[in-house]
Amino acid sequence: MMGIPGNWRLRKQRYQLAGTRCRDCGTIHFPPRQVCPRCKNRHLSDFKLSGKGTVYSYTTIYQTTPKFQFFVPYVVALIDLEEGPRITAQLTDVDPEAVTIGMPVEMVLRKISEQGERGLIHYGYKFRPRLR
Amino acid sequence: MADVLKPERPVGIVGYGAYIPRYRLPAREIARIWRGTQEAEVLPVDQKSVPGPDEDTITMAIEAAENALMRAGIAPEVIRAVWIGSESHPYAVKPSGTIVAQALGITPNVSTADFEFACKAGTEAMQAGFGFVGGRMADYVLTIAMDTAQGRPGDALEYTAAAGGAAFVIGPAEHSLALLEGAFSYVTDTPDFFRRAHQLYPEHGHRFTGEPAYFHHIVHAAQKLMEGLQRRPPDYAAVVFHQPNTKFPFKVAKMLGFREEQVRTGLLAPFIGNTYAGASPLGLTAVLDLARPGDRILVVSFGSGAGSDALSFQVTERIEERRTRAPLTQTYIQRAKSIDYATYAKWRNKIVMH
Repeated sequence: MMGIPGNWRLRKQRYQLAGTRCRDCGTIHFPPRQVCPRCKNRHLSDFKLSGKGTVYSYTTIYQTTPKFQFFVPYVVALIDLEEGPRITAQLTDVDPEAVTIGMPVEMVLRKISEQGERGLIHYGYKFRPRLR
Repeated sequence: MADVLKPERPVGIVGYGAYIPRYRLPAREIARIWRGTQEAEVLPVDQKSVPGPDEDTITMAIEAAENALMRAGIAPEVIRAVWIGSESHPYAVKPSGTIVAQALGITPNVSTADFEFACKAGTEAMQAGFGFVGGRMADYVLTIAMDTAQGRPGDALEYTAAAGGAAFVIGPAEHSLALLEGAFSYVTDTPDFFRRAHQLYPEHGHRFTGEPAYFHHIVHAAQKLMEGLQRRPPDYAAVVFHQPNTKFPFKVAKMLGFREEQVRTGLLAPFIGNTYAGASPLGLTAVLDLARPGDRILVVSFGSGAGSDALSFQVTERIEERRTRAPLTQTYIQRAKSIDYATYAKWRNKIVMH
């Protein structure tokens, strides 16, 4: 389980889908990179992704760890973001049987998990059927 | 008589946004579990909104605030304060505003604080926002009224304790879609409803919650504001009261001389229940969704303990282009999936797991 410092370091990418963009070849990356995997240079700028995308593929989770038991059954999807990157995320506010490949989705910020009753609440991106 | 509250610099609402979770628990489903289905039963609302298992006041505040920022059309960095009114902040110690401001891209040059005053925590934050902008401390403030209210299983409040709320970007009058004409706050020590530290559920005074609490404070705040502004009920296109159920807003409207039609647009309790701090602000968003330039709107919150904030607005022509920039409140109301009591019990931590 990721601790408090790890969550703190990742807050921009988890809260805002903050990635990077290569100033030479224009490739957009998420998660953010130090080196562009396409053209290998280090000329990268911060880039906030729009959070709009479509479902590339998905699976429904029925057996999980205690941390996620309140969400069962839930869908984890591969999502093609409009700007290019393909990311993995949980879907929310949707019934598993309603999910289809190609479904338009958008990012929302939700609770991912809690470090028990006394610990930190982890927030991060999930995706839902597009509303906005 | 005490003066109407009004800053020297004219201020108003620059952007507004609503949020209501997707899930609904029908009141008859609660009745089925706790008292059996009875003939001719009278339930306080038809259904209430329930947050999903991954939602809380912080996540809901963020979506409402995103909608408000979209309508305002301003960059997040120009917001200089984020104030959130709620009785269900996820942390006892760690401000909700820190996470909300970070997620919205407002940090770090910002003041944040969590406001608490039962169901009027949201309008309390708005009052502070009007003063902050009105006093030229800053040009823009984000105020959010949001709750995920909990009622003790089987208690009368369980039928209505719901989730949802609204966010407002407060700014200078020249950029506003609704101008603040004036405000009035009215508070006394009236213990109609309270929750002690470390308690999961609130206690309430049953019939005591009506006359000396809800009706007394709303009537006095509204009357003093209207007298100070020299307005009468017919001057208002719509009025929004705190809405713990369907009956109280209509009754207090009648006491003050408003017609039922003036109440109806902003009365969301029958469809989503009582969203506590979110209730009257959310009603205001539903009214703004349909308002025309020149319309006057009166909002009167009520918070147990007890007090009321009355706010008088006049809508400007900017409403027309801004309202379509974000989802309408009705979009969220209609995005509804009914759940059963067992699902509600699981999601709302009512099952003991050890």
